[in-house]
Amino acid sequence: MPELFRDYLPVVIFMAVAGAIALALMASAIIIAVRKPDPEKLSAYECGFKAFDDARMKFDVRFYLVSILFIIFDLEVAFLFPWAVSLGEIGIYGFWSMMIFLVVLTIGFIYEWRKGALEWD
Amino acid sequence: MTVASLFFYLFSVVACAAAVMVISSRNPVHSVLFLILVFFNAAGLFILAGAEFLALILVVVYVGAVAVLFLFVVMMLDVDFTELRRGMLSYLPIGGAIGLILLVELILVLGTWNFSSEAGKIAEPIAPGGVTNTEALGLILYTKYFFYFQVAGLVLLVAMIGAIVLTLRHKAGVKRQNIADQVARNPATAIEVRQVKPGQGI
Repeated sequence: MPELFRDYLPVVIFMAVAGAIALALMASAIIIAVRKPDPEKLSAYECGFKAFDDARMKFDVRFYLVSILFIIFDLEVAFLFPWAVSLGEIGIYGFWSMMIFLVVLTIGFIYEWRKGALEWD
Repeated sequence: MTVASLFFYLFSVVACAAAVMVISSRNPVHSVLFLILVFFNAAGLFILAGAEFLALILVVVYVGAVAVLFLFVVMMLDVDFTELRRGMLSYLPIGGAIGLILLVELILVLGTWNFSSEAGKIAEPIAPGGVTNTEALGLILYTKYFFYFQVAGLVLLVAMIGAIVLTLRHKAGVKRQNIADQVARNPATAIEVRQVKPGQGI
């Protein structure tokens, strides 16, 4: 499929350049930089006192809720793309089909707004 | 070897290697990062197969959202690595037995499986005749598969309500800002004038 490859050639070049720059920066840091590791240098710095805890602590479950709600509306938008492209052909039936879908999700959106799921307290 | 097959082998090798790293790396956060690499390579394979819309949706939905969800799950588990390794030997027999059963089943399934004569026809490009990928999906998804599309919407609604019901707990006694009340305040309602006699409090 040479035609497909021609379409994606800019992407391939972009990825290759990005990868090359990232590798060059990391490699130059390894080769050139002075490294004298020391337990005190590597330990976490916490303003004058010993660190209480390590950085790995449990996240609040509310982050999870925000993430799930984001995924749902992400999927809703993903459904909108093919609809927008083909709206001219699928006509009034396709239009109302999407409107019903959007109304169903808007009911959920109103529910989460009224329940205060979008607020952080 | 054509360019397409070169890229196919590149994506597949990286995807398989990253998939092995997902289950073998010690740090769960590294596992999630390798999973993201697998998603990217799967997207590359989709592009090679001609399914461009699916590839970009994979990047948007899986890399953008599902991987973040996995990261939160990993952060929420609060895994202790030494604690995890301790149970390894005691779980080895039952895990090995289940793995062996699955392997036998896979061999039995794949051993008797052969390509259908229709397979070549199905493997042809998804949307022939100048219709792009996204448009081909849009032409059937909202009209021919109307019912499944609406069911997908209902599943998303149930997921939304379920997530809120299961995880939303408001703390009691939290003071929230009510902007409507703030804006509705005026000097007449906000200020109260009292006559205070000398030497007495209110």
